[in-house]
Amino acid sequence: MTGKTMVEKILSNKSKSMADVRQGDLTIVDVDLMVCHDANRPQASDIFKEMGGDKVYDPDKVKLVMDHAPGVPNQSASGIHAKMREFSSEQGAELIGPGEGICHQILAEKGEVGPGDLVLGTDSHTCTNGAFNAIGVGVGTSDLAAALLTGKTWVKVPESFQVELEGSFPENVYPKDVALEIIRILKADGATYKALEFTGEAIKSISVAGRMTISNMAVEAGAKTAIFPFDNVLKDWLEHSGYKKEMTEISPDEDAKYERKIVIDVSKLRPRISLPDQVENITDGHSTEGLPIQQAVIGTCTNGRLEDLREAARILENKKVAQGVKLFITPASRETYAQALEEGIIEIFIKAGAILGVPGCSGCSGGAHFAIPSDGDNVITAANRNFVGRLGNKKAHIYLASPAVVAQSAVSGHIKIPEEGGKTAS
Amino acid sequence: MINGKVHMFGDNINTDVIISAKRKESFHDIDDMVPYVMEDIRTDFHKTISKGDIIVAGPNFGCGSSREAAPAVLKAAGIGAIISPLFARIFYRNAINVGLPVITYENANNIFQSDQKLSIDIESGEIRDSDTEKLYDFKPIPEFMMEILNEGGLVPYIQKHKEYVL
Ligand code: SF4
Repeated sequence: MTGKTMVEKILSNKSKSMADVRQGDLTIVDVDLMVCHDANRPQASDIFKEMGGDKVYDPDKVKLVMDHAPGVPNQSASGIHAKMREFSSEQGAELIGPGEGICHQILAEKGEVGPGDLVLGTDSHTCTNGAFNAIGVGVGTSDLAAALLTGKTWVKVPESFQVELEGSFPENVYPKDVALEIIRILKADGATYKALEFTGEAIKSISVAGRMTISNMAVEAGAKTAIFPFDNVLKDWLEHSGYKKEMTEISPDEDAKYERKIVIDVSKLRPRISLPDQVENITDGHSTEGLPIQQAVIGTCTNGRLEDLREAARILENKKVAQGVKLFITPASRETYAQALEEGIIEIFIKAGAILGVPGCSGCSGGAHFAIPSDGDNVITAANRNFVGRLGNKKAHIYLASPAVVAQSAVSGHIKIPEEGGKTAS
Repeated sequence: MINGKVHMFGDNINTDVIISAKRKESFHDIDDMVPYVMEDIRTDFHKTISKGDIIVAGPNFGCGSSREAAPAVLKAAGIGAIISPLFARIFYRNAINVGLPVITYENANNIFQSDQKLSIDIESGEIRDSDTEKLYDFKPIPEFMMEILNEGGLVPYIQKHKEYVL
């Protein structure tokens, strides 16, 4: 028998019915963390009750996060928040937000996720947790409700694609560009039902924040999850975040079976841009330079972390947003906001003319009712999706890029890749 | 047996397009969202649906956000089944969980046409053209998911079994 992938190892550890699960097996697994956010109508708690639920399986494993409507823009949002508050006090599960940040960011910051964990969330970007050597899987509310009740879910063990990242990052190339490059290669459905497993020398130079960006966007290629190996970079990060459980490192066996192998030499990468209105429409960023923009957005669970804000600040320092352009910036969490404040980054943003959002999903899905573009606007954003209507106006055109390109474009008034000679970062 | 006429859609139809975040987050009840289904790409789509109608779409149907409201609102609008060469993973699970049959059929978007009348037998894995009687066999829904679908979705399934039974 061949060795196991990381995903096979984690799911084997979590499986109740079979000790040794392999690609294609159907099994029932224990869930370590269940995350419900405020965007769902109906809520998982409603469905839980409908299913006959009375007490959740383990309240310590349940997190109720108010992140999609952080500014509480209407009664519908406040109504859902009231419902979540009620469920939290009735069940003893932790209630987080609004204003604390995006679920994928804050739970990691609070040390809730670590190697070998299985995280289930009602958000499709739950795959972000792959950065922590964990499996994060996005599900709908019924699946989450069933997990609240039973502590378990069913999975079909996915085949894995191995993604090898080689080389070192050139200037102006960021983990976001790696994420976009993966989607350019795989297309929007190229990894449907599959897991991505990362390997290669370049990983060492990618911060945990950068790994989160890459895992985050795997769902845009259809992937079920996208997992990074354990290393010292992650170990240090987890120690710093106060991760409480023992760290049980998960690494793939050398003879693990992969359905496909993709090699990306990051040293050859160039800044990437995704054109409206499919993420897979990816091109060399330089080819879009000069396109006038009316709006720019930095933030979201893809690129709203301190590392991203620092890059934006480097470009925005002592500059002004171009006439006629609105620049919206939202830190991914309150913690990130506080750190950015301490570092003077927020001051740079405000002086440059940026509009700051409430930590959470502000400026991403339109549901937050923040940063809704005008008809015909060209918007450049550091987010993960550019679908028609994604920002709340179907007549806007959305371009995706790294925070550095977004910041530079906001200053220039048109899409522009920053001049070389600044510092490189990952 | 599902009987209805075909509504054709393109590739990569995402859940934001099926029901936007803005609408979904303004209404609590799925039924209230029905007038806005597919609004950004097909205005008044809901008015053209008769109960049991079938969506045939290109690959990657239901990609994007995990919103279960997407299959739920299609079902509430009267859609009886969706046929696509490939469904996005979360959408596929959500559709079964809300009791909406999803059929994977290679090249479906090039085989079927708008307004074609079809009848679908989920159990036997057969699509039949109601006019020409032509048959198209499809690979049945995986057994375990079929059980959930037959119970009427995940809510009735869990109500009955209290847990997952493989
Ligand atoms: S920031 Fe955007 S993509 Fe991320 S969880 Fe919020 S709405 Fe979804």
